[in-house]
Amino acid sequence: MTIDSVLPAPSPAVGQGTRHPTYGPSAFGRRHIGPDGVEQRRMLSAVGYRSIDELLGAAVPAGIQVGEIDSVIPPAATESEAIAELRALASRNTVRRSMIGLGYHDTITPAVIKRNVLENPSWYTAYTPYQPEISQGRLEALLNFQTMVADLTGLSTANASMLDESTAVVEGMLLARRASKSASPRFVVDSDALPQSAALLAHRAQAVGIELITVDLAREPLPGGDFFGVLIQYPGASGAVWDPSAVIAAAKEAGAVVVVAADLLALTLLTSPGELGADVAVGTSQRFGVPMGFGGPHAGYMAVRAGLERQLPGRLVGVSQDAAGQPAYRLSLQAREQHIRREKATSNICTAQVLLAVMAGMYAVYHGPDGLRWIAQTVHAAARATADELSAAGFEVLTRHFFDTFQVRVDDSDATIARLRGYGILLRRVDETTVGVALDEVSSADPMISSMLAHAFTHDAGAAFGMHGYGAPTREIEPASLRRTSSYLTHPIFNTHHSETGMMRYLKYLADLDYALDRGMIPLGSCTMKLNAATEMEAVSWPEFARIHPFAPAEDVQGYLALIGQLESWLAEVTGYDAVSLQPNAGSQGELAGLLAIRGFHLANGDAQRLVCLIPSSAHGTNAASAVLAGMKVVVVACDELGNVDLDDLHAKIAAHADDLAALMITYPSTHGVYEHEVRAITEAVHDAGGQVYVDGANLNALLGFARFGDFGGDVSHLNLHKTFCIPHGGGGPGVGPVAAKAHLAPFLPGHAQSQRGADEFTGGPVSAAPFGSPSILPISWAYVRMMGADGLREATGAAVLAANYVAVRLSEHYPVLYKGDNGLVAHECILDLRPLTAATGVSVDDVAKRLIDYGFHAPTMSFPVPGTLMVEPTESEDLAEIDRFIDAMVAIKLEADGVAAGEWPLEDNPLRNAPHTAQAIAVDEWAHPYSRELAVYPGAVSSDASVRTMRIRGKYWPPVRRIDQAYGDRNLVCSCPPPEAFA
Amino acid sequence: MSREDELKYTTEHEWIEAADSVATVGITSYAAGKLGDVVYVDLPAVGTVVEAGRVIGEIESTKSVGELYAPVSGTITEVNDAVVDSPELVNSDPLGEGWLVKVEYVELPSLLELAEYTAFTAES
Repeated sequence: MTIDSVLPAPSPAVGQGTRHPTYGPSAFGRRHIGPDGVEQRRMLSAVGYRSIDELLGAAVPAGIQVGEIDSVIPPAATESEAIAELRALASRNTVRRSMIGLGYHDTITPAVIKRNVLENPSWYTAYTPYQPEISQGRLEALLNFQTMVADLTGLSTANASMLDESTAVVEGMLLARRASKSASPRFVVDSDALPQSAALLAHRAQAVGIELITVDLAREPLPGGDFFGVLIQYPGASGAVWDPSAVIAAAKEAGAVVVVAADLLALTLLTSPGELGADVAVGTSQRFGVPMGFGGPHAGYMAVRAGLERQLPGRLVGVSQDAAGQPAYRLSLQAREQHIRREKATSNICTAQVLLAVMAGMYAVYHGPDGLRWIAQTVHAAARATADELSAAGFEVLTRHFFDTFQVRVDDSDATIARLRGYGILLRRVDETTVGVALDEVSSADPMISSMLAHAFTHDAGAAFGMHGYGAPTREIEPASLRRTSSYLTHPIFNTHHSETGMMRYLKYLADLDYALDRGMIPLGSCTMKLNAATEMEAVSWPEFARIHPFAPAEDVQGYLALIGQLESWLAEVTGYDAVSLQPNAGSQGELAGLLAIRGFHLANGDAQRLVCLIPSSAHGTNAASAVLAGMKVVVVACDELGNVDLDDLHAKIAAHADDLAALMITYPSTHGVYEHEVRAITEAVHDAGGQVYVDGANLNALLGFARFGDFGGDVSHLNLHKTFCIPHGGGGPGVGPVAAKAHLAPFLPGHAQSQRGADEFTGGPVSAAPFGSPSILPISWAYVRMMGADGLREATGAAVLAANYVAVRLSEHYPVLYKGDNGLVAHECILDLRPLTAATGVSVDDVAKRLIDYGFHAPTMSFPVPGTLMVEPTESEDLAEIDRFIDAMVAIKLEADGVAAGEWPLEDNPLRNAPHTAQAIAVDEWAHPYSRELAVYPGAVSSDASVRTMRIRGKYWPPVRRIDQAYGDRNLVCSCPPPEAFA
Repeated sequence: MSREDELKYTTEHEWIEAADSVATVGITSYAAGKLGDVVYVDLPAVGTVVEAGRVIGEIESTKSVGELYAPVSGTITEVNDAVVDSPELVNSDPLGEGWLVKVEYVELPSLLELAEYTAFTAES
């Protein structure tokens, strides 16, 4: 990127790397990497190597190993130095009162939620709730979110969040296309839609052959001819509130599916989209207590009417029951997740914004329906008072009916905006003579806001600043026909925890139900559940990073731009690429951005026919889904019995598509967790045929410092900052999926009309609502790289690969390791093949995964990428003692399975099949199972050290529910909070 | 002759029982077993005109979403509402109570005999 990547004033350590050797007392590396030197030597000797360099030298194919590079990454800073530098960067951002609106509003995060959710590792270090038995807390929190969204939108079912409002709008369009009976390619877009949503729609529609028709729906009739769907913004981007029910009825009459993008706070006062007849509602929950963060992360939302549940993209939490018949939550309809559907996918959305959805849902739990309505009334009253004052001062207010946003005619927008900026206020520039003014929870809490605005607008230096407040919120919203009469948030959960004590305890109760990294290892293969260090998290909630509007002027965000520029340059270096865009707000969106860049490149070269995307059968399903959404045609390449790309099949497929080959998507190291030896031969074959190579960066944690995608043939990649670069998983989002590319693809990387980098920004179409995606969590990755330095990143890779090989070696006599690369080594993860065990004993992968809960572990990745297997990724951050505890548990489980095979226990009644065991399950008068209660619940409490034994007994994690019946919940779909009687 | 022998089959793992210009269609035991617990079945409306080889519905299990193809061109005359209400019928009795749709047709395409279908599943 051409943006100036000036480093802040160097701290004393910069350039003096020797002062802080990696294992020095204040070095961060020794905190991030679990095993110390002595432990690593023990692990190395088990694996059979003398040093980590020797091990990696044998594991990573020689042809791709990187030599010395003159790094732009400064030598490692200590934690306190990194914080000081972040403070310096933060001080270059200016927090003003944002009245820009456009879907981003300042909000007050209740301190009890900030401290107990956002800043609490029990919430932010959890993984996506694929193991529902140990995720009941956040599943309940997400069900609260879904119930809140469904209630406010007046629709039957909401999902567990979307990436942001604009991607939710795109998903609404795609849903409309598949749900509509119309075969028309046309989609009608409200001219008062948010500009960032309109831009995203344009880019995404083009890729999949949808034609957009923009209409001023408040004033003009629907277009003639067929169309499959309509988008209405409610209230509009201008702030205008108008009754869309006639338009909705007419559109539905014409066979179209109607999507309404609605403001959740406005819906506490306005008739809901569902009541107006909408099929789908989308939007954001940002203003429910989630800081603007210069654009994100926040939880977008989507809700649908009855009958469309199975069309919902993303994740959906539902109610099922456990083995004891008790209600229990879990992810519903997982078979419909897009990565399962692969090339049949209709969306590439995989992840959600769980942490932010939890916060927004808790905001509603804390305030309750009356509190939310009061906040909305206050915002509305402040907006009305401000508009009245401006009218009284002689300005023409252009918006007749509005909730919180209106437009004002001025002589010169730029002059007005500049003047207001001097008062610490940011306005929206609509055109040369129109500005937009948006009130919010923070500005409306200032009783002087209306008179202050009027004073600033009139700019009569001599006039006295009229010190009068705007009074109590008494006036009701207009038009009267749209006033909401239906109730919402009537469930007890939204009417109970309104004291801080109550709220704190509810959050603690839910957190205690869950297993996150603060309890123990989460050895999920392909997920890289490494340390999310406290220092890395520190800056996220600083106001200079949190309270910045994504369209704030460039002068106000210099610290952010510097941080982004540095991080981009560091990521480009470690991957061997020329340019990086941080805009994609999930890995899937990074993939899409990369493929759209390839598509743009071929189109620019006059190669419109290059549409075929080759994807190995071992690839993550999202690859195929992203290719479909980029308008490409997926052709699957076979893998050989070793799990590598079958070169003969690759050559055959390339030959068959010599003229229309667009790209190959390949993951490196492979999804099988091995360094594929022939990767160069693969990338060269694709290049020779005129194709581009997409290297999926999901497994970058096995490569940093040892090899670079760009060096072995990659043209473009996405990275997962939430894996390799320490952004916490948040229980299933946020993520950040930067897209990195060679120079020839850089012009096609995602740009954004509102980017503060102006002409220096990339020029491809956008993939996120905000110019830099989710910037408020970028300080996490920045701090990680800054505190590790290039050497530390390399050491982390070495430690991760060592840990995986240590697990593979120690467990291989009990469970075969399915795939290995050069010299019999794995990369950063290993696949344990349970199929022989299942064949011999009847014990399934599920049984083993659930039994691990009794041992105090989160299961490894189940049945991905190979059914019937477990994929283990210990990461560099786990201490040797914890890795050994896991190995011991797996060995003990193998012995239990052997016991089943030997007839010691029946297949249907043994510690594995009945796992996990709750406290309630053993607190019974009659214990009817052929094994002891102690074996049921304390199987892992073994150690030669009595104090360790005691700790394992006293500190045991107790699962709150027994094994959950997946089919029951999918057959009886319930996706909102069940009534209290359900628990009777 | 068992019921299995009497039925015809497709490579999309559907069975067809044809009589008096009406074909009753379901999925095979093999397919039901591969799908696992069926949780949802989406079937076309009665009166829908279908074309052989085109997708006309969905069968969703906890593991995957399978598509239902029309094995024969014609008009849907009946759908099994019992299976919509209780999708588990597809697992418990795929060749009987788990039938899915009835199609009125003019001409049957060439279909597989049980032995041919069994050989086909052995290959795949």
